[in-house]
Amino acid sequence: MTQTPVTPPSTSASPRVGLFVTCLVDLMRPSVGFAALRLLERAGAQVVVPENQTCCGQPAYNSGDFKSARAIARDVIEAFGAFDSVVAPSGSCAGMIRVHYPKLFADDPQWRARAEDLAARTLELTQYLANHLNLNDVSATLNATATYHDSCSSKREMGVSDEPRKLLATVDGLELKELADAETCCGFGGLFSIKFPDVSGAIADKKAEMIEDTHAELLVGADLGCLMNLSGKLKRRGQDGRPGVRVYHIAEVLAGMTDAPGVGDGEGETS
Amino acid sequence: MSQKPPACNDFQLGAKKALDNKRLQAQLARTIKEGFQYKRRKGMSRLPEYDALRDRARDIKNHTLDHLDAYLERFEDEVVKAGGHVHWAETPQDARDIILDICIAADAKTVTKGKSMISEEIALNDHLAANGIQPIETDLGEYIIQLRDEPPSHIIAPAFHISKEQVADTFREHHTHLKADRDLREPTDLLIEARGELRQKFLNADVGITGANILIAETGTALIVTNEGNGDLTQSLPPIHIAVTSIEKVVPTLEDATTLLRLLARTATGQEMTVYTTFFTGAKRGDELDGPREFHIVLLDNKRSAMLGGPFHDVLRCIRCGACMNHCPVYACTSGHAYGWVYPGPIGSVLNPQLLGIAQAHVLPNASTLCGRCEEVCPVHIPLPDLLRTWRARAFNAGKPGGLQRLGLKMWAWLARRPLSYRLMVRFKMSLLRLLVGKRGRFTWFIGAGGWTKSRDLPAPQAATKHGGTFMDRYQRGER
Repeated sequence: MTQTPVTPPSTSASPRVGLFVTCLVDLMRPSVGFAALRLLERAGAQVVVPENQTCCGQPAYNSGDFKSARAIARDVIEAFGAFDSVVAPSGSCAGMIRVHYPKLFADDPQWRARAEDLAARTLELTQYLANHLNLNDVSATLNATATYHDSCSSKREMGVSDEPRKLLATVDGLELKELADAETCCGFGGLFSIKFPDVSGAIADKKAEMIEDTHAELLVGADLGCLMNLSGKLKRRGQDGRPGVRVYHIAEVLAGMTDAPGVGDGEGETS
Repeated sequence: MSQKPPACNDFQLGAKKALDNKRLQAQLARTIKEGFQYKRRKGMSRLPEYDALRDRARDIKNHTLDHLDAYLERFEDEVVKAGGHVHWAETPQDARDIILDICIAADAKTVTKGKSMISEEIALNDHLAANGIQPIETDLGEYIIQLRDEPPSHIIAPAFHISKEQVADTFREHHTHLKADRDLREPTDLLIEARGELRQKFLNADVGITGANILIAETGTALIVTNEGNGDLTQSLPPIHIAVTSIEKVVPTLEDATTLLRLLARTATGQEMTVYTTFFTGAKRGDELDGPREFHIVLLDNKRSAMLGGPFHDVLRCIRCGACMNHCPVYACTSGHAYGWVYPGPIGSVLNPQLLGIAQAHVLPNASTLCGRCEEVCPVHIPLPDLLRTWRARAFNAGKPGGLQRLGLKMWAWLARRPLSYRLMVRFKMSLLRLLVGKRGRFTWFIGAGGWTKSRDLPAPQAATKHGGTFMDRYQRGER
């Protein structure tokens, strides 16, 4: 399942990047989309946001509705046919395209070839940035301590682990405190969190405890699903007097957009 | 132990019970991470070629499965040559009948048993007991849960959900002929007591039944791994030894078996080898002093041959190390009983639907976050998340889940394929939500959020705040 990250084709002209916004960012946190846009442009990419995109189809795929997943996948393949790279601010959605689309069309040679072509061009945001952004060009400052949550799909499907850390190290004033037991899932699992809320919540509790143990002020991650789950859990635990942790997507941190409320924070709330 | 009917579809109930059980949660916290996970990592670190061995083990198993009929026949020939008997059991009922017949022919009153998941799969103990033969489990964990009338909660550590204090209570309750005020505080005290109780039973048993971890085709040898030596006493003391196992355990050669052995204990418990590794070939020869007079091996199919060449073929590589459950975040919260039948954890969620039928176990493949850790740690590279998804697809095609969940999913998928309608719908929903959100960042309760808000808040969509709008709407309005 683990894939070796691939460097996107480097061209002398600025590469054309299709931004796959993801349905969660579109709805829950548009600021992540704008942050990604800025970062990609700063990395020298010519970014296009195809209008006819919605979702990668993962909810259908993981629910066993392969027929719907295939139909949605065909639309995504069509919409993102023309770019040098397709970048998503989510390891989960990127993993869906990169690892699972080719499997969905295992019995359909024509679409499989197209799925494999798209898969080979699809990258998770930090993966793309780490290879393209000039890492000495520090343009974000954040005087804070943060811990980083590796999402399972980023880590295992996209093979991303060093990239976000390298990028975060370029943020002036930011101190990274590594999370213990980092390879364990946060309990989100997409619809799992709704279908099995007790178990999902119990897994999230363990992760939240690890996060609190770092005494970091910020939790940073690259998958909004995990971040919503963990923010929700940390806020609930905060009611019992545990330390408040502000939660941001890594794109927001790198783009210097942490003045806005964190995930789950209201207007004017600091934690 | 009386085996209860499968309750895989009651996973949520079982999980809730496990989560509410503070003692169990403490036991899980103590044993999973610092026990199993830490020990595996340490065991691996002492073996630089661990990953190469995994590939080799996968290849050995794949090769064997591609020629399973030939290797099983070779195994049978060699067992017969060595004076043993081979019995083919297509179904659990066949296996039970074969074993019972052997016991009846031997006029058996008591049977000692080594740990065997196949004997759990065929519910052997119930069958023997119902026919007047007393089965006595001799693996310490199995002995404890037999006294407590509980099923195993783990495939290699059947009683790991029970604390030593609980074991002491159980022993006091059952070993009433011993002094009531004896010291049972230390694990060693418990071990010595169990050993004392079992010693005479080993000597008196009419038949010994064990499993077999691996079968070796070229020599007709079966082998078991244990840490207590109880398997050896079960296998060698009674006049008759029956080994019951399943057909996919065969490998071609002795060398192949040792390759698997180098992985098995390391992955399971971090040990280089188990304390005892016992190879047995046929019955006692004429001039030998030790060993059983008769040796029988019962080879269970139970829908395994039907998996060959199909979507679940890869599961047949499993060497039953337990690493997938030891590293599963769900199992770490629920332990094994929640899974409702013999095999728990990710491997159980793939195997149980095959062995019981998807209607009886359709909830299990869904009870996973698909985090992929199980595949990562599997010593024979079984793609467990993909197989869980394949079961989800089968369940979905069979109408599970039904009702609102299904309707919701279909409606969402319909919209996801129509970006314009999708955006209209989202815009409408966000405009309604905006009234609720206001300056709030999250909800502590929300209609339709399922159980999400029972144990955590639900972050409010930024698209419904006063700077509102979805990303796509704002982007199309020219915002950058």
